[in-house]
Amino acid sequence: MSDAPKEIMFAQACNMAMAKAMADDPKVILMGEDIADDQGGGVFKVTAGLSAQFGTDRVRSTPISEQAIVGAAVGSALVGYKPVAEIMLMNFITVAMDQIVNHAAKLRFMSGGQTSVPLTIRTTTGAGTGLGGQHSDMLEAWLAHVPGLKVVAASNPADAYGLLYSSIMDPNPVIFIENTPTYFTKGPAPAPDHVVPLGVASVPREGSDISLITYSRGVGACHAVAEKLAGEGISCEVVDLRTIAPFDEETVLKSVAKTKAAVVVHEAVKNFGTGAEISSRIHEELFSELKAPVGRVGSGYAPVPFSPAIEKAWMFSEDDIEREIRKILG
Amino acid sequence: MADKDVLIDIFTRADLIMQSDIKFRKMIGAGQLQIVYYPVRGQEVVSSAMMAAINQEDYLVTIYRGLHDQLAKGIPSKDLWAEFAGKMAGTCKGKGGPMHITHPETGVMVTTGIVGSGIPIANGLGLASQLDKDGKVTVCCFGDGATNIGAFHEGLNMAQVWKLPVIFLCQNNLYSEHTPMAYATSSETIKQRGDGLGMRSVRVNGNDASEMYAAAKEAVEYARAGNGPTLIEAMTFRFHGHLLGDTGHYIPEAEMEQALKDDPMPILRQQLLDIQVSEADIAAIEAKNKETIDEAAQFALDAPYPPGDEYRIDVLDVEIAA
Repeated sequence: MSDAPKEIMFAQACNMAMAKAMADDPKVILMGEDIADDQGGGVFKVTAGLSAQFGTDRVRSTPISEQAIVGAAVGSALVGYKPVAEIMLMNFITVAMDQIVNHAAKLRFMSGGQTSVPLTIRTTTGAGTGLGGQHSDMLEAWLAHVPGLKVVAASNPADAYGLLYSSIMDPNPVIFIENTPTYFTKGPAPAPDHVVPLGVASVPREGSDISLITYSRGVGACHAVAEKLAGEGISCEVVDLRTIAPFDEETVLKSVAKTKAAVVVHEAVKNFGTGAEISSRIHEELFSELKAPVGRVGSGYAPVPFSPAIEKAWMFSEDDIEREIRKILG
Repeated sequence: MADKDVLIDIFTRADLIMQSDIKFRKMIGAGQLQIVYYPVRGQEVVSSAMMAAINQEDYLVTIYRGLHDQLAKGIPSKDLWAEFAGKMAGTCKGKGGPMHITHPETGVMVTTGIVGSGIPIANGLGLASQLDKDGKVTVCCFGDGATNIGAFHEGLNMAQVWKLPVIFLCQNNLYSEHTPMAYATSSETIKQRGDGLGMRSVRVNGNDASEMYAAAKEAVEYARAGNGPTLIEAMTFRFHGHLLGDTGHYIPEAEMEQALKDDPMPILRQQLLDIQVSEADIAAIEAKNKETIDEAAQFALDAPYPPGDEYRIDVLDVEIAA
């Protein structure tokens, strides 16, 4: 199509991925609070137009009942559906953790493989916009710790399109984390048949001095720092995990084996974050080759603060990444 | 009173449950099985009458005290016993155990060890049937204690809003673990809670085969006709503690005495005799059940355990690296 836009927003990419999945497979259904057009097409309009196109049987608004939403997704997934449940904000996932952790993640195993739960939970989050402590947490480490769940976080619209489509078609339960503050950021539009496989990282910027291993909004921050340091002759490689669990160890280890230095960067609280696991895996495999211990950058050990002054100080930043790189490279 | 054939069917299922429960407790007591077991003696008729009113392809979601529901739904005894014993030949290759029985062939889709959590999942099965227009119903079993957890209220509300073909069967045995209903439940009945959610709700003597069957049948027809869910509060009693080893000391003696007097099993047996089912025919049913159970128990004991590496399989769709 010659009139197709060259650039699209992240939110649009998610919308297009769901539309394609629904067109490709009649078993794909969507559920979530306010997601049908009569209720506004989602609070961030990510599902706008889908109920008009596919009907409210397949795109249904729900009560504010996160356990019931995820439970309905689990049950329908057990008998052949590929439900996409929208949990409006990631903090609300905590209300549905029993369904996610005890059921979605475990039913395949506990049934000895007789059943499976091919659902996708889309959720959005991200700090920096003054939403305070209960509307912007990054909780991916909680979910990545659960055997049986896949956890995905895209950093740009084209990846969001390709990863969300793969998540919906994946035979396992997938948590797909969107980033609210960058929902309306544009990026190159994907081809309609663009698919990004789960479990495969990308290396959007090659470098030779240090590997910056990151995902979601961390990718943009790492690119900015890499660009700045390039002027000083420091060559950073950026690894975008795209799938957090299971993460692409091969690509990560290959990158660090080359640069012999690494910083893991994420927006989530640093303590007990996914950075600890990734850093540990690098140390286990490449300890003797490293120029310095792997560094970690994350947000502070506190709930997301409200006041912009405190939130900025708490949140991971490009300055933090730069400082960590300089520390490691001495 | 229900038809003769129906009552015989209910008795056949219920007797299998009763004898299985007795045998499990005996074998655990003798050290032949090392499992946590949640006895079902006393609740046989509720599930037998419910399952007699649905088909094999209808779905069941139940809970950790679920042996009666699973047997009544038709899981072959051998498969079930082997799973209880943690063997490879079990329904779930020994990876689920008594609290997590799944057997899609007989419609047993989920057994959960988390109180109340089956309710939202039953809605999903019902939603699939509604979308597929396959005419199936989902029966979701839970106890009175589950009606105090959020999932019950979220789940029943959603089921009613979407008019899902789900039958919520609350087997009210008057005790949530060790706590009497009167202490921990604000409403006088569970039915009231269903009424409050705008759902068709009934309260029946679940220990009476005919009354329970009639309520089940009506709820099933209502759901299949597309009218939506029903909450059935089936009154029953648990003759043993919460789990095997719990003496049930918190149940007043007089209450237990009365419950044992009202034991649904001898009552149902007598009802069969009253409608001219011969003693010989009843004895034959009992003997056949005993044979099935003895064979299943021996099979479970003799069957091999799964290999340790089995833990890497079925976590995801692909095997996890060692």
